[in-house]
Amino acid sequence: MSVDAIKLLGTALAIGLGALGPGIGIGIIGGKAVEAIGRNPDASSQIQTNMILAIAFAEAVAIYALVVALIIKFV
Amino acid sequence: MTEKKIVEENIKHFDFKFLTEMSKISIKAEPILNIGNFHIPNSLFLSFFVLFGFSIFAFSYYQASKAKKKNKFYYFVNLILKRIYSFFQSALHDKVSVFFPLIGSFFFFIILNNWASLLPGVGSLLIKVVEHGKIEYFPIFRGNNADLNTTLVLAIISVLFIQYSGIKYLGFKEYIKKFINFSNPINFFVGILELISEISKVISFSFRLFGNVFAGEVLLAVMAFLVPVLVSFPFLLLEVFVGFVQALVFSMLLAVFLSGAIAKHH
Repeated sequence: MSVDAIKLLGTALAIGLGALGPGIGIGIIGGKAVEAIGRNPDASSQIQTNMILAIAFAEAVAIYALVVALIIKFV
Repeated sequence: MTEKKIVEENIKHFDFKFLTEMSKISIKAEPILNIGNFHIPNSLFLSFFVLFGFSIFAFSYYQASKAKKKNKFYYFVNLILKRIYSFFQSALHDKVSVFFPLIGSFFFFIILNNWASLLPGVGSLLIKVVEHGKIEYFPIFRGNNADLNTTLVLAIISVLFIQYSGIKYLGFKEYIKKFINFSNPINFFVGILELISEISKVISFSFRLFGNVFAGEVLLAVMAFLVPVLVSFPFLLLEVFVGFVQALVFSMLLAVFLSGAIAKHH
């Protein structure tokens, strides 16, 4: 296979497999946050703030994978 | 000659042009001006305007705070600042007034640069640059956080400031005891892991911010050329939200690491 073909494959695999873990992680974080709000609706704004923060961390791992994919494709 | 050829002949004589086809996406920010040996890249050029605008805003807030009768602008900015201050107070309980100048500056710097990269004209106004004898067209503006240099600088300053604050508040010996600890073998390895995690903080800070903003730019460019009508609008709103969240996450993470560094060891 030519180098260009393997580059395209590498790009797709990098972001495809790299988005699996963070997807599951963000789902778990969201689920637990909603459960906590259901148990204690008064603390809802605090829980929401912490949830947004935790989701940004989990998403950062997906962004690392995206940066690797972009580097493979465009450099 | 066909119409297209006449237009192209005329465009070659101009220095600027608008984007008419899919732009070349490059991770490196392209230099548009060379002063001696120093290249001014297009991301730095945009940040000059952001800095100028924010200086005017800050100066007018200062003038309004000194006036006898405070106007609505002063109260509005006060409202925003108090919200941000109390948000960081939940992480840094009583040291927030010491660290807020730096953390607040990082927050405003990142959010204004992220939002400035969404203005019309950023990434689509091109300028002609002669590089090694070849004529190339580069965007004249580019988001400042889409350049790895900026985010690396912010990350290195953050991590060095965390170390400096730890040493200042705990003393050198007690701060080093967090990393080099000979009491028992487990603590020794935990100390080595803490050292490695400090270095990985640089990479994680810089790549989180760079990746989010650069991937957002690529997404907007690709969406605009896949479906040229109206589809870019929800992605533009997403980018506004992502810019805000990334500024929040960077500053909040810095605040949390600071509060961890100045806390006593167990």
